[in-house]
Amino acid sequence: MSEPIDPVSSVPDGAQDGLKPLAMPSITRRSLLLPKAPPPDGGVTSAGSAGEKPRSLGRDAWDEMRHRPMFWVAGALVLLFLLIAVFPQLFTAKDPTACSLDMSRLPPRPGAIFGNDFQGCDIYARTIYGARASILVGIFTALLAALLGGSLGTLAGYLGGWVDAVLARLADIFFSIPMLLGAIVFMAFMPLPPSAGMPQAVARIVIVLALFNWPNIFRLMRASVMQVKPQEYVLAARALGAGPGRLAMSHIVPNAMTPLIVVSTIDLGGYITTEAALSFLGIGLPSTVVSWGRDISNASGLGLIRNAPFMLLFPAAALCLAVLAFILLGDIVRDALDPKAR
Amino acid sequence: MADYDHLLDVRDLHVEFRMRTGIAKAINGVSFYLDEKETLAILGESGSGKSVTAQAIMGILDSPPGFVTGGEVLFQGVDMLKMSRKQRAAMRGPKISMIFQDALSALNPVFPVGWQIAEMFRIHHKTNSSDAMKAAISLMEQVRIPAARQRFKAYPHQFSGGMRQRIMIAMAIALDPWILIADEPTTALDVTVQAQIMALLKELQDEHDMGLILITHDLGVVANVADRIAVMYAGRLVETAPVVDVYGQPRHPYTIGLLESVPRLDTKLGGVLPAIGGLPPNLLAMPSGCPFNPRCRFAVDQCRQGTPPPLESLDAKGTRFAACWRVADTAVVDWRVDEPVPDERVDDMGVDDEIGGWL
Amino acid sequence: MSGEVILEAIDLFKYYPIKTGVIQHTTGHVRAVDGVSFQLHAGETLGVVGESGCGKSTLGRLLVSLENPTAGSVLFDGVDVYQQTGAAMRRLRRDIQIVFQDPYTSLNPRKTVGDIVGEPFDIHPEAVPKGSRRARVQELLELVGLSPEHINRYPHQFSGGQRQRIGVARGIALNPKVLVCDEPVSALDVSVQAQVVNLLEHLQKELGLAYIFIAHDLAVVRHISDRVAVMYLGKIVEMGDETQIYDHPTHPYTQALLSAVPVPDPTLRGTRQQIMLAGDVPSPANPPSGCRFHTRCWKAPALGATDVKDGVPAVCVDEEPELIDRPDGVSFHCSACHFAG
Repeated sequence: MSEPIDPVSSVPDGAQDGLKPLAMPSITRRSLLLPKAPPPDGGVTSAGSAGEKPRSLGRDAWDEMRHRPMFWVAGALVLLFLLIAVFPQLFTAKDPTACSLDMSRLPPRPGAIFGNDFQGCDIYARTIYGARASILVGIFTALLAALLGGSLGTLAGYLGGWVDAVLARLADIFFSIPMLLGAIVFMAFMPLPPSAGMPQAVARIVIVLALFNWPNIFRLMRASVMQVKPQEYVLAARALGAGPGRLAMSHIVPNAMTPLIVVSTIDLGGYITTEAALSFLGIGLPSTVVSWGRDISNASGLGLIRNAPFMLLFPAAALCLAVLAFILLGDIVRDALDPKAR
Repeated sequence: MADYDHLLDVRDLHVEFRMRTGIAKAINGVSFYLDEKETLAILGESGSGKSVTAQAIMGILDSPPGFVTGGEVLFQGVDMLKMSRKQRAAMRGPKISMIFQDALSALNPVFPVGWQIAEMFRIHHKTNSSDAMKAAISLMEQVRIPAARQRFKAYPHQFSGGMRQRIMIAMAIALDPWILIADEPTTALDVTVQAQIMALLKELQDEHDMGLILITHDLGVVANVADRIAVMYAGRLVETAPVVDVYGQPRHPYTIGLLESVPRLDTKLGGVLPAIGGLPPNLLAMPSGCPFNPRCRFAVDQCRQGTPPPLESLDAKGTRFAACWRVADTAVVDWRVDEPVPDERVDDMGVDDEIGGWL
Repeated sequence: MSGEVILEAIDLFKYYPIKTGVIQHTTGHVRAVDGVSFQLHAGETLGVVGESGCGKSTLGRLLVSLENPTAGSVLFDGVDVYQQTGAAMRRLRRDIQIVFQDPYTSLNPRKTVGDIVGEPFDIHPEAVPKGSRRARVQELLELVGLSPEHINRYPHQFSGGQRQRIGVARGIALNPKVLVCDEPVSALDVSVQAQVVNLLEHLQKELGLAYIFIAHDLAVVRHISDRVAVMYLGKIVEMGDETQIYDHPTHPYTQALLSAVPVPDPTLRGTRQQIMLAGDVPSPANPPSGCRFHTRCWKAPALGATDVKDGVPAVCVDEEPELIDRPDGVSFHCSACHFAG
């Protein structure tokens, strides 16, 4: 705590002599009587001191995250899954499509630690190789939906009026189409060429899923922007003459982002499972592509769950773990970006 | 007379909030009493613990994080802190009831107001619906809600702020309590409406013979209605006395500072307001000694070290108390004399490194 | 005290449409500001008082062009603010700034104090050379009584009073000539309120600012203001210098308002006559005809007029009183009451 301030002796040294030249001459400090701050003493939060560089939210967020063990756990998991997705051959020597029916539904054992599936394929290899398609679908769908819904939601919430009315109705239309029905129609219009590889197949799924899921994000972002827009700090920036770009990017979006981050990371897992459902119907990824979704739906037959639970267990566990990692990471990022939550 | 000294007797109350960032000692040994039909004003700023005190008395403290860690709250001689949850709940309404600052959020938005008032009778007195409705309407008339019969079925949002406050008052006095605690009842209201509500409270207090605990930060309201004042600062009672004494000769430096710093409506003094410098302390990191010492112009070494000064009697009658080591020196201060404050004295812009306002 | 006229509002109106139904057709208007004119002189403080819903905050937002008026104009140094666009408008914004009421919502929680106080220079890069910006921000912090070392802290690490100082620093950063203060101390504790009031007065003296001080606390307004305007339902009902309004009010609304404020002196209890106004303020969507105050007026029914309508003199119901100089017993000042005095 500060000492009671003696009005005479507390005049800052700099104010009496050696005044810094002022950028704005009209502000005089002729009788600047403001006491200088007492030197920061113990028991005071350590944030910031004059010697430091200007800080930014991004830097502070990173500093904050670095000190949280959960960040490293979730980050390591996400990295691991990304590594598996990019270099599956590093994790298994087996070919996920080399199957032999005589090993059908063999339980886990040394040499095939996750067992074999209905077709006799090695479940461990399939789980490793399945990561790529599944994680790609999850990440890119989440990104695309966030981008589409987030930007349109910001526009609608910020501009209001007819832009909002048009976009909101558009979102309602997409919202009202049953996902599966829409997907079937869409897939029929955009058949996958036989020569298409995994990237095209994944891209097609991503587009379909994002197309039918952006309205969720749109609504969320629109409501969030509408709530932030009338805040007094936005008004203050407007009164200073800030343009729409600055208002949106510097004040509104950063403060309206939280729900978007949370819902996007939660939805990410949902996209992976929806891909599975589409694949099960034969309109998702082609059977040549290995994915968790396909394997989970293959393993979900009624008899199979009882007789060969490991078929379901391992790809499902991988899916859960991946989703959990992304949600945790999303949570930590959200907290780190909110100075109040630190 | 019954076998108790005071209607409500709070003795050495301690409340702390256990939070992730540490333990905030919100109330540190607060003692006061309220007699029948008396009006006690608890005066303090945000974070001083005045609302927490009320919640602890009512038994509606959010727990966790809030815990009553010591003391007694005697209602007619019986310690309410020792009661079971059920006994405690039975006290709320017929014995003690409370009104809040924000009437809109204190009323349930999906039920008609009349229904909500009538509910009090249905629950506590097991009254049948039509009698409860009659009682509710008569209460609404008592708190001067125009066309009460017609507005019985209106919803809270259909009323103005002042009218909602009246409805909350109606609910609070429905069971004829002995004590009404009013927590900043007029802070959210305009002055003309505030005057109406304060007049209504006074009138109802006389009609129902209630003791009134008025929690506020408004020195004007206190001067108009209170019999006695208890001034709180940083979770402690720093001064308590009959209202005329406090305004005539405040004895705690904080009270002096408060009275000095409020601009007057009836005179223009001009010049700099004699503000209290600095900020209220952070409850997670209290200064040693008297909690007010960093802002106090009377502070000496004794104030900065050791334990805070105890609340001690200042007169033979035993009505005036202050918690200050320098009471002898404060007795000669005349806060009304506006010593010409030299413009130099801008030390009230005290820069303070402490982060206040933890609540 | 009063220099030349720096800001002038001429017949300002702001109506908000009330929209109902699915197709959002306009069914009426909320008359937030309904014909307001006044002048502000360089270096003076004009207090604007009134109860919630009287339009004082909308007026403040009109003055800093956060809202466009339905009709009327605001002249700054003789230039019509609402006619300006582009660069001229940006230049004008440097001269008229605002400080908001709520220290908790008026600062972006995700920006450091340095960013918040420095934002005016980002928007108006010509105001300060790039290299000296940070020094200038620290200087501003010092000027409002905050430690320049706190430049990297976030708003939530400060108390309400300190946040309000940050808001003031942002408001004066561009060296404006007029600062609109919209309830700047209402959300603060009593002991901190005085500090911020002192700060504002100090800055006025240092920087030659003119203030529009919007508040509902009549005592604070008296302390800080040179002149005072009292608003009721979108109109100024009385305007004059501080002694005229507080010591010789002529409008019955002003008189009631003043009598309702409790004075912190228990010895005066019972001696001060309180004028109790009946009921609530009528809706600004449908204000009463004639004098807007006639539905709640305590004085009109007691005048004993012969031509009576709704219990008050007919002229109060039929004819809107003009805001003109009327006698107050000592001299004359503006009042909008047929029976001022």
